[in-house]
Amino acid sequence: MLRLILPVAALALAATFAAAQSDPIAARKALMKANGQQAKIGAAIAKGEAPFDAAKVETIFATFADAAAKAPDLFPENSKKGGKTEALPAIWKNKPDFEARLVKFGDDVKSAQAEVKDLATFKKVWSGLIRKNCTGCHEKYVQKD
Amino acid sequence: MLRKLVIAVVVLAALGGAAFWFLTIPQTVSAAALGPHQPDLENGRTMFIAGGCSGCHAVPEAEDKTRLGGGLALKSPFGTFYVPNISPDRRDGIGAWSEADFVTALSRGTSPDGRHYFPAFPYTSYQRMRPDDMRDLFAYLKTLPVVSGVVRDHDMAFPFGFRRGLGLWKFLYVDGKPFVPDPGKSAVLNRGAYLVEGPGHCAECHSPRNLIGGIIAAQRFAGGPNPEGKGWIPNITPKELGDWSQNDIAYLLDSGQTLDGDSVGGSMAEVVRNTAQLAAEDRTAIAAYIKSLPPIEGSKPTKK
Repeated sequence: MLRLILPVAALALAATFAAAQSDPIAARKALMKANGQQAKIGAAIAKGEAPFDAAKVETIFATFADAAAKAPDLFPENSKKGGKTEALPAIWKNKPDFEARLVKFGDDVKSAQAEVKDLATFKKVWSGLIRKNCTGCHEKYVQKD
Repeated sequence: MLRKLVIAVVVLAALGGAAFWFLTIPQTVSAAALGPHQPDLENGRTMFIAGGCSGCHAVPEAEDKTRLGGGLALKSPFGTFYVPNISPDRRDGIGAWSEADFVTALSRGTSPDGRHYFPAFPYTSYQRMRPDDMRDLFAYLKTLPVVSGVVRDHDMAFPFGFRRGLGLWKFLYVDGKPFVPDPGKSAVLNRGAYLVEGPGHCAECHSPRNLIGGIIAAQRFAGGPNPEGKGWIPNITPKELGDWSQNDIAYLLDSGQTLDGDSVGGSMAEVVRNTAQLAAEDRTAIAAYIKSLPPIEGSKPTKK
Protein backbone atom coordinates (compact mmCIF):
# COMPACT_ATOMS: atom_id res chain seq x y z
CA MET A 1 0.00 0.00 0.00
CA LEU A 2 2.75 2.41 1.04
CA ARG A 3 4.64 1.67 -2.18
CA LEU A 4 1.58 2.76 -4.08
CA ILE A 5 0.88 5.85 -2.03
CA LEU A 6 4.30 7.48 -2.06
CA PRO A 7 4.56 7.74 -5.85
CA VAL A 8 0.96 8.98 -5.99
CA ALA A 9 1.73 11.66 -3.42
CA ALA A 10 4.92 12.57 -5.24
CA LEU A 11 3.03 12.81 -8.51
CA ALA A 12 0.40 15.02 -6.92
CA LEU A 13 3.10 17.32 -5.58
CA ALA A 14 4.86 17.50 -8.93
CA ALA A 15 1.61 18.23 -10.71
CA THR A 16 0.90 20.96 -8.18
CA PHE A 17 4.19 22.64 -8.84
CA ALA A 18 3.73 22.63 -12.60
CA ALA A 19 0.17 23.86 -12.43
CA ALA A 20 0.64 26.57 -9.82
CA GLN A 21 2.07 29.07 -12.27
CA SER A 22 -0.74 28.96 -14.78
CA ASP A 23 -3.77 27.53 -13.04
CA PRO A 24 -4.11 28.34 -9.33
CA ILE A 25 -7.52 26.65 -9.08
CA ALA A 26 -6.17 23.32 -10.38
CA ALA A 27 -3.09 23.74 -8.18
CA ARG A 28 -4.98 24.30 -4.94
CA LYS A 29 -7.34 21.47 -5.79
CA ALA A 30 -4.36 19.15 -6.20
CA LEU A 31 -3.02 20.28 -2.81
CA MET A 32 -6.35 19.66 -1.13
CA LYS A 33 -6.64 16.31 -2.82
CA ALA A 34 -3.22 15.29 -1.54
CA ASN A 35 -4.23 16.53 1.93
CA GLY A 36 -7.38 14.46 1.79
CA GLN A 37 -5.51 11.33 0.77
CA GLN A 38 -2.98 11.78 3.56
CA ALA A 39 -5.75 12.59 6.05
CA LYS A 40 -7.36 9.26 5.18
CA ILE A 41 -4.14 7.45 6.00
CA GLY A 42 -3.96 9.30 9.30
CA ALA A 43 -7.60 8.53 10.03
CA ALA A 44 -6.98 4.81 9.56
CA ILE A 45 -4.18 4.96 12.13
CA ALA A 46 -6.27 7.05 14.55
CA LYS A 47 -9.18 4.62 14.23
CA GLY A 48 -6.90 1.63 14.84
CA GLU A 49 -7.48 0.19 11.38
CA ALA A 50 -3.83 0.55 10.41
CA PRO A 51 -0.73 0.25 12.61
CA PHE A 52 1.24 3.34 13.57
CA ASP A 53 3.99 3.82 10.99
CA ALA A 54 6.47 6.64 11.61
CA ALA A 55 7.38 7.00 7.93
CA LYS A 56 3.76 7.26 6.85
CA VAL A 57 3.04 9.80 9.56
CA GLU A 58 6.02 11.84 8.44
CA THR A 59 4.66 11.89 4.89
CA ILE A 60 1.27 13.02 6.17
CA PHE A 61 2.69 15.95 8.08
CA ALA A 62 5.08 16.87 5.26
CA THR A 63 2.15 16.98 2.83
CA PHE A 64 0.13 19.17 5.22
CA ALA A 65 3.08 21.50 5.78
CA ASP A 66 3.57 21.80 2.02
CA ALA A 67 -0.09 22.71 1.52
CA ALA A 68 0.00 25.29 4.32
CA ALA A 69 3.10 26.89 2.78
CA LYS A 70 1.85 26.99 -0.81
CA ALA A 71 -1.85 27.69 -0.37
CA PRO A 72 -1.61 31.43 0.40
CA ASP A 73 -0.35 32.10 -3.14
CA LEU A 74 -3.05 30.03 -4.81
CA PHE A 75 -6.01 32.30 -4.15
CA PRO A 76 -5.32 35.35 -6.34
CA GLU A 77 -8.14 37.80 -7.04
CA ASN A 78 -8.71 36.34 -10.50
CA SER A 79 -9.34 32.81 -9.21
CA LYS A 80 -12.73 33.30 -7.56
CA LYS A 81 -14.59 31.44 -10.27
CA GLY A 82 -14.07 28.68 -12.79
CA GLY A 83 -12.65 25.17 -12.79
CA LYS A 84 -15.59 23.96 -10.67
CA THR A 85 -14.02 25.64 -7.66
CA GLU A 86 -15.73 25.06 -4.32
CA ALA A 87 -13.92 28.01 -2.77
CA LEU A 88 -16.44 30.49 -1.39
CA PRO A 89 -16.25 34.25 -2.04
CA ALA A 90 -15.89 34.58 1.74
CA ILE A 91 -12.18 33.76 1.28
CA TRP A 92 -11.56 37.02 -0.53
CA LYS A 93 -13.83 38.98 1.81
CA ASN A 94 -11.88 37.73 4.83
CA LYS A 95 -8.41 37.35 3.36
CA PRO A 96 -6.56 38.19 6.61
CA ASP A 97 -8.54 35.54 8.52
CA PHE A 98 -8.09 33.01 5.75
CA GLU A 99 -4.34 33.55 5.63
CA ALA A 100 -4.03 33.54 9.41
CA ARG A 101 -5.71 30.13 9.41
CA LEU A 102 -3.15 28.80 6.94
CA VAL A 103 -0.33 30.11 9.12
CA LYS A 104 -1.92 28.43 12.13
CA PHE A 105 -2.30 25.22 10.14
CA GLY A 106 1.43 25.28 9.36
CA ASP A 107 2.26 25.97 13.03
CA ASP A 108 -0.02 23.21 14.29
CA VAL A 109 1.55 20.75 11.87
CA LYS A 110 5.01 21.74 13.13
CA SER A 111 3.95 21.17 16.75
CA ALA A 112 2.44 17.83 15.76
CA GLN A 113 5.68 16.82 14.04
CA ALA A 114 7.58 17.60 17.22
CA GLU A 115 5.11 15.90 19.54
CA VAL A 116 4.18 12.70 17.72
CA LYS A 117 6.47 9.80 18.57
CA ASP A 118 4.15 6.81 18.81
CA LEU A 119 0.54 5.76 18.54
CA ALA A 120 -0.42 7.33 21.88
CA THR A 121 0.97 10.76 21.01
CA PHE A 122 -0.45 10.50 17.49
CA LYS A 123 -3.94 9.82 18.81
CA LYS A 124 -3.59 12.69 21.21
CA VAL A 125 -2.99 15.33 18.55
CA TRP A 126 -4.64 13.94 15.42
CA SER A 127 -8.38 14.56 15.81
CA GLY A 128 -7.85 18.06 17.14
CA LEU A 129 -5.43 18.90 14.33
CA ILE A 130 -8.00 17.87 11.74
CA ARG A 131 -10.97 19.44 13.52
CA LYS A 132 -9.37 22.78 14.29
CA ASN A 133 -7.72 23.23 10.92
CA CYS A 134 -9.45 21.27 8.14
CA THR A 135 -12.98 21.33 9.55
CA GLY A 136 -12.70 24.83 10.97
CA CYS A 137 -11.63 26.29 7.63
CA HIS A 138 -14.04 24.26 5.50
CA GLU A 139 -16.88 25.50 7.66
CA LYS A 140 -16.40 29.05 6.46
CA TYR A 141 -14.70 28.77 3.12
CA VAL A 142 -15.86 25.69 1.21
CA GLN A 143 -19.15 25.31 -0.64
CA LYS A 144 -20.96 22.11 0.31
CA ASP A 145 -23.97 20.74 -1.48
CA MET B 1 -84.81 30.79 6.76
CA LEU B 2 -82.20 33.53 6.75
CA ARG B 3 -82.53 33.75 10.51
CA LYS B 4 -81.80 30.03 10.87
CA LEU B 5 -78.81 30.31 8.56
CA VAL B 6 -77.38 33.21 10.53
CA ILE B 7 -77.81 31.31 13.79
CA ALA B 8 -76.14 28.24 12.27
CA VAL B 9 -73.18 30.29 11.07
CA VAL B 10 -72.79 32.00 14.43
CA VAL B 11 -72.99 28.69 16.31
CA LEU B 12 -70.48 27.02 13.99
CA ALA B 13 -68.09 29.94 14.25
CA ALA B 14 -68.38 29.86 18.04
CA LEU B 15 -67.75 26.11 18.08
CA GLY B 16 -64.81 26.49 15.73
CA GLY B 17 -63.41 29.30 17.83
CA ALA B 18 -63.83 27.27 21.00
CA ALA B 19 -62.17 24.25 19.43
CA PHE B 20 -59.30 26.40 18.19
CA TRP B 21 -58.97 28.07 21.56
CA PHE B 22 -58.98 24.71 23.32
CA LEU B 23 -56.52 23.02 20.95
CA THR B 24 -54.08 25.91 21.03
CA ILE B 25 -53.79 26.39 24.81
CA PRO B 26 -50.04 26.53 25.56
CA GLN B 27 -49.21 23.47 27.68
CA THR B 28 -47.05 23.75 30.79
CA VAL B 29 -45.30 21.57 33.36
CA SER B 30 -45.98 22.54 36.99
CA ALA B 31 -43.30 22.81 39.67
CA ALA B 32 -45.27 20.27 41.71
CA ALA B 33 -44.90 17.68 38.95
CA LEU B 34 -41.11 17.82 39.13
CA GLY B 35 -40.33 16.57 42.62
CA PRO B 36 -37.00 16.90 44.44
CA HIS B 37 -33.73 16.88 42.50
CA GLN B 38 -30.09 17.50 43.28
CA PRO B 39 -28.55 19.15 40.18
CA ASP B 40 -25.52 17.48 38.63
CA LEU B 41 -23.51 20.23 36.94
CA GLU B 42 -21.21 17.84 35.10
CA ASN B 43 -24.20 16.11 33.52
CA GLY B 44 -25.66 19.56 32.81
CA ARG B 45 -22.53 20.43 30.86
CA THR B 46 -22.81 17.18 28.90
CA MET B 47 -26.42 18.09 28.01
CA PHE B 48 -25.30 21.59 27.04
CA ILE B 49 -22.73 20.12 24.66
CA ALA B 50 -24.96 17.35 23.31
CA GLY B 51 -27.80 19.85 22.90
CA GLY B 52 -25.64 22.22 20.89
CA CYS B 53 -27.19 25.19 22.74
CA SER B 54 -24.24 27.44 21.95
CA GLY B 55 -24.59 26.74 18.20
CA CYS B 56 -27.58 29.06 18.08
CA HIS B 57 -27.59 30.99 21.36
CA ALA B 58 -23.93 32.07 21.65
CA VAL B 59 -23.29 35.66 20.64
CA PRO B 60 -22.39 35.40 16.91
CA GLU B 61 -18.67 35.57 16.04
CA ALA B 62 -17.71 35.63 19.73
CA GLU B 63 -14.75 33.54 20.78
CA ASP B 64 -16.39 32.47 24.05
CA LYS B 65 -19.19 30.03 23.23
CA THR B 66 -20.63 30.19 26.74
CA ARG B 67 -21.85 33.78 26.35
CA LEU B 68 -25.44 32.97 25.43
CA GLY B 69 -26.67 36.48 24.61
CA GLY B 70 -28.30 35.32 21.37
CA GLY B 71 -28.81 37.54 18.33
CA LEU B 72 -28.05 35.07 15.54
CA ALA B 73 -30.43 35.44 12.57
CA LEU B 74 -31.89 32.12 11.39
CA LYS B 75 -33.52 32.32 7.99
CA SER B 76 -36.39 29.96 7.21
CA PRO B 77 -39.19 29.69 4.65
CA PHE B 78 -41.51 31.16 7.31
CA GLY B 79 -39.47 34.22 8.13
CA THR B 80 -36.29 35.15 9.98
CA PHE B 81 -35.87 34.09 13.58
CA TYR B 82 -33.63 36.05 15.93
CA VAL B 83 -32.24 33.74 18.58
CA PRO B 84 -33.04 34.94 22.11
CA ASN B 85 -30.76 35.59 25.07
CA ILE B 86 -30.63 32.52 27.36
CA SER B 87 -27.77 33.74 29.53
CA PRO B 88 -28.51 33.92 33.29
CA ASP B 89 -29.28 37.66 33.07
CA ARG B 90 -32.31 38.22 35.30
CA ARG B 91 -33.92 40.82 33.06
CA ASP B 92 -32.88 39.86 29.53
CA GLY B 93 -32.10 36.14 29.83
CA ILE B 94 -33.37 33.21 31.86
CA GLY B 95 -31.97 34.33 35.22
CA ALA B 96 -35.43 34.86 36.70
CA TRP B 97 -36.91 31.62 35.35
CA SER B 98 -38.00 28.80 37.61
CA GLU B 99 -36.94 25.24 36.95
CA ALA B 100 -40.52 24.47 35.88
CA ASP B 101 -40.37 27.37 33.38
CA PHE B 102 -37.28 25.81 31.83
CA VAL B 103 -38.67 22.28 31.72
CA THR B 104 -41.87 23.70 30.21
CA ALA B 105 -39.89 25.50 27.50
CA LEU B 106 -37.92 22.39 26.53
CA SER B 107 -40.69 19.82 26.76
CA ARG B 108 -43.73 21.85 25.75
CA GLY B 109 -42.35 24.72 23.72
CA THR B 110 -44.15 27.23 25.94
CA SER B 111 -42.55 30.42 27.31
CA PRO B 112 -42.85 31.53 30.96
CA ASP B 113 -45.39 34.18 29.89
CA GLY B 114 -47.54 31.45 28.32
CA ARG B 115 -46.81 31.89 24.63
CA HIS B 116 -45.89 29.26 22.05
CA TYR B 117 -42.28 29.20 20.92
CA PHE B 118 -41.63 28.76 17.22
CA PRO B 119 -40.21 25.30 16.52
CA ALA B 120 -36.96 26.84 15.25
CA PHE B 121 -36.22 26.11 18.91
CA PRO B 122 -36.08 22.32 18.52
CA TYR B 123 -38.38 21.37 21.41
CA THR B 124 -39.77 18.68 19.10
CA SER B 125 -36.54 16.83 20.00
CA TYR B 126 -35.80 18.32 23.42
CA GLN B 127 -39.18 17.04 24.65
CA ARG B 128 -37.58 13.56 24.57
CA MET B 129 -35.00 14.58 27.20
CA ARG B 130 -35.37 13.23 30.72
CA PRO B 131 -36.70 15.96 33.05
CA ASP B 132 -33.70 15.42 35.36
CA ASP B 133 -31.33 16.09 32.44
CA MET B 134 -33.23 19.29 31.66
CA ARG B 135 -32.89 20.34 35.29
CA ASP B 136 -29.15 19.63 35.30
CA LEU B 137 -28.84 21.66 32.09
CA PHE B 138 -30.75 24.53 33.70
CA ALA B 139 -28.41 24.46 36.71
CA TYR B 140 -25.41 24.47 34.36
CA LEU B 141 -26.73 27.39 32.28
CA LYS B 142 -27.04 29.39 35.50
CA THR B 143 -23.26 29.08 36.00
CA LEU B 144 -22.46 30.71 32.62
CA PRO B 145 -21.64 34.40 32.07
CA VAL B 146 -24.44 36.94 32.42
CA VAL B 147 -24.97 38.79 29.13
CA SER B 148 -27.35 41.74 29.02
CA GLY B 149 -29.40 42.87 26.05
CA VAL B 150 -32.76 41.79 24.62
CA VAL B 151 -32.70 40.42 21.10
CA ARG B 152 -35.11 41.92 18.56
CA ASP B 153 -38.40 40.21 17.67
CA HIS B 154 -38.65 37.56 14.97
CA ASP B 155 -39.50 38.80 11.51
CA MET B 156 -42.18 36.39 10.35
CA ALA B 157 -44.02 36.29 7.05
CA PHE B 158 -47.83 36.48 7.24
CA PRO B 159 -49.60 34.51 8.75
CA PHE B 160 -46.85 32.75 10.67
CA GLY B 161 -46.39 35.62 13.12
CA PHE B 162 -49.71 34.62 14.71
CA ARG B 163 -48.30 32.53 17.55
CA ARG B 164 -51.52 31.17 18.95
CA GLY B 165 -51.96 29.18 15.74
CA LEU B 166 -48.75 27.30 16.57
CA GLY B 167 -50.84 25.40 19.10
CA LEU B 168 -52.37 23.45 16.23
CA TRP B 169 -48.91 22.63 14.90
CA LYS B 170 -47.79 21.52 18.34
CA PHE B 171 -50.94 19.42 18.66
CA LEU B 172 -49.47 17.39 15.80
CA TYR B 173 -45.79 17.31 16.77
CA VAL B 174 -45.45 17.83 20.53
CA ASP B 175 -46.60 15.37 23.17
CA GLY B 176 -44.01 16.12 25.86
CA LYS B 177 -43.16 12.44 26.33
CA PRO B 178 -39.54 11.73 27.32
CA PHE B 179 -37.49 9.03 25.63
CA VAL B 180 -38.23 5.51 26.85
CA PRO B 181 -35.33 3.05 26.62
CA ASP B 182 -35.95 -0.18 24.74
CA PRO B 183 -35.16 -3.05 27.16
CA GLY B 184 -34.51 -5.32 24.16
CA LYS B 185 -31.53 -3.20 23.07
CA SER B 186 -28.08 -2.71 24.60
CA ALA B 187 -27.31 0.12 27.02
CA VAL B 188 -25.01 1.63 24.36
CA LEU B 189 -27.78 1.70 21.73
CA ASN B 190 -30.23 3.20 24.19
CA ARG B 191 -27.77 5.88 25.21
CA GLY B 192 -27.12 6.66 21.54
CA ALA B 193 -30.82 6.77 20.73
CA TYR B 194 -31.38 9.12 23.64
CA LEU B 195 -28.58 11.50 22.62
CA VAL B 196 -29.59 11.51 18.94
CA GLU B 197 -33.37 11.78 19.36
CA GLY B 198 -33.33 14.01 22.44
CA PRO B 199 -30.66 16.62 23.16
CA GLY B 200 -28.69 16.04 19.93
CA HIS B 201 -31.77 16.86 17.81
CA CYS B 202 -30.03 15.36 14.74
CA ALA B 203 -33.31 14.69 12.93
CA GLU B 204 -34.16 18.39 12.88
CA CYS B 205 -31.71 19.03 10.05
CA HIS B 206 -31.19 15.52 8.67
CA SER B 207 -34.87 14.98 7.75
CA PRO B 208 -37.07 16.57 5.10
CA ARG B 209 -40.04 18.67 6.17
CA ASN B 210 -43.57 18.98 4.86
CA LEU B 211 -45.35 22.18 3.82
CA ILE B 212 -46.14 23.21 7.38
CA GLY B 213 -42.56 22.59 8.50
CA GLY B 214 -43.10 19.27 10.27
CA ILE B 215 -40.61 16.43 9.90
CA ILE B 216 -41.83 13.76 7.47
CA ALA B 217 -41.72 10.73 9.77
CA ALA B 218 -41.24 8.13 7.03
CA GLN B 219 -38.15 10.02 5.83
CA ARG B 220 -36.60 10.63 9.23
CA PHE B 221 -32.78 10.93 8.92
CA ALA B 222 -32.96 10.47 5.12
CA GLY B 223 -31.68 14.00 4.47
CA GLY B 224 -33.28 16.96 2.78
CA PRO B 225 -32.89 20.57 1.79
CA ASN B 226 -30.98 22.71 4.26
CA PRO B 227 -33.63 24.43 6.41
CA GLU B 228 -31.26 27.37 6.82
CA GLY B 229 -30.92 27.98 3.11
CA LYS B 230 -28.50 26.73 0.52
CA GLY B 231 -27.39 23.18 0.04
CA TRP B 232 -28.51 19.71 1.01
CA ILE B 233 -28.29 17.97 4.37
CA PRO B 234 -27.12 14.39 3.80
CA ASN B 235 -29.03 11.18 4.39
CA ILE B 236 -27.45 9.56 7.47
CA THR B 237 -29.31 6.24 7.31
CA PRO B 238 -27.33 3.16 6.20
CA LYS B 239 -28.84 3.67 2.73
CA GLU B 240 -26.26 6.41 2.30
CA LEU B 241 -23.74 5.57 5.03
CA GLY B 242 -23.66 1.83 4.29
CA ASP B 243 -19.88 1.86 3.85
CA TRP B 244 -19.32 3.62 7.14
CA SER B 245 -18.43 1.57 10.20
CA GLN B 246 -19.51 2.61 13.67
CA ASN B 247 -15.90 3.60 14.21
CA ASP B 248 -15.97 5.85 11.12
CA ILE B 249 -19.03 7.73 12.41
CA ALA B 250 -17.56 8.12 15.91
CA TYR B 251 -14.33 9.40 14.34
CA LEU B 252 -16.22 11.99 12.27
CA LEU B 253 -17.87 13.26 15.46
CA ASP B 254 -14.39 13.80 16.92
CA SER B 255 -12.43 15.12 13.93
CA GLY B 256 -14.98 16.35 11.39
CA GLN B 257 -13.34 14.14 8.79
CA THR B 258 -15.46 12.12 6.39
CA LEU B 259 -14.70 8.69 5.00
CA ASP B 260 -13.25 10.14 1.78
CA GLY B 261 -10.76 12.31 3.66
CA ASP B 262 -12.78 15.49 3.23
CA SER B 263 -14.10 17.64 6.08
CA VAL B 264 -17.68 18.39 7.01
CA GLY B 265 -18.68 21.95 6.31
CA GLY B 266 -21.41 24.40 7.21
CA SER B 267 -23.39 23.82 10.40
CA MET B 268 -21.96 20.34 10.87
CA ALA B 269 -18.58 21.87 11.74
CA GLU B 270 -20.25 23.55 14.73
CA VAL B 271 -21.88 20.24 15.67
CA VAL B 272 -18.47 18.52 15.60
CA ARG B 273 -16.95 21.21 17.82
CA ASN B 274 -19.53 20.08 20.37
CA THR B 275 -19.46 16.32 19.87
CA ALA B 276 -15.65 16.40 20.11
CA GLN B 277 -16.10 17.54 23.72
CA LEU B 278 -18.37 14.62 24.62
CA ALA B 279 -17.01 11.52 26.34
CA ALA B 280 -15.66 9.01 23.78
CA GLU B 281 -18.32 6.55 25.02
CA ASP B 282 -21.06 9.00 24.04
CA ARG B 283 -19.65 9.41 20.52
CA THR B 284 -19.53 5.62 20.25
CA ALA B 285 -23.14 5.39 21.43
CA ILE B 286 -24.32 7.99 18.91
CA ALA B 287 -22.45 6.15 16.15
CA ALA B 288 -23.96 2.80 17.19
CA TYR B 289 -27.47 4.22 17.03
CA ILE B 290 -26.92 5.98 13.68
CA LYS B 291 -25.55 2.71 12.34
CA SER B 292 -28.70 0.90 13.56
CA LEU B 293 -31.18 3.20 11.79
CA PRO B 294 -33.38 1.60 9.14
CA PRO B 295 -32.03 2.30 5.64
CA ILE B 296 -34.28 4.84 3.94
CA GLU B 297 -34.02 6.12 0.39
CA GLY B 298 -34.12 9.90 0.66
CA SER B 299 -35.12 12.40 -1.97
CA LYS B 300 -32.26 13.87 -3.96
CA PRO B 301 -31.41 17.48 -4.61
CA THR B 302 -32.56 18.62 -8.02
CA LYS B 303 -29.55 19.25 -10.23
CA LYS B 304 -28.83 22.85 -11.01
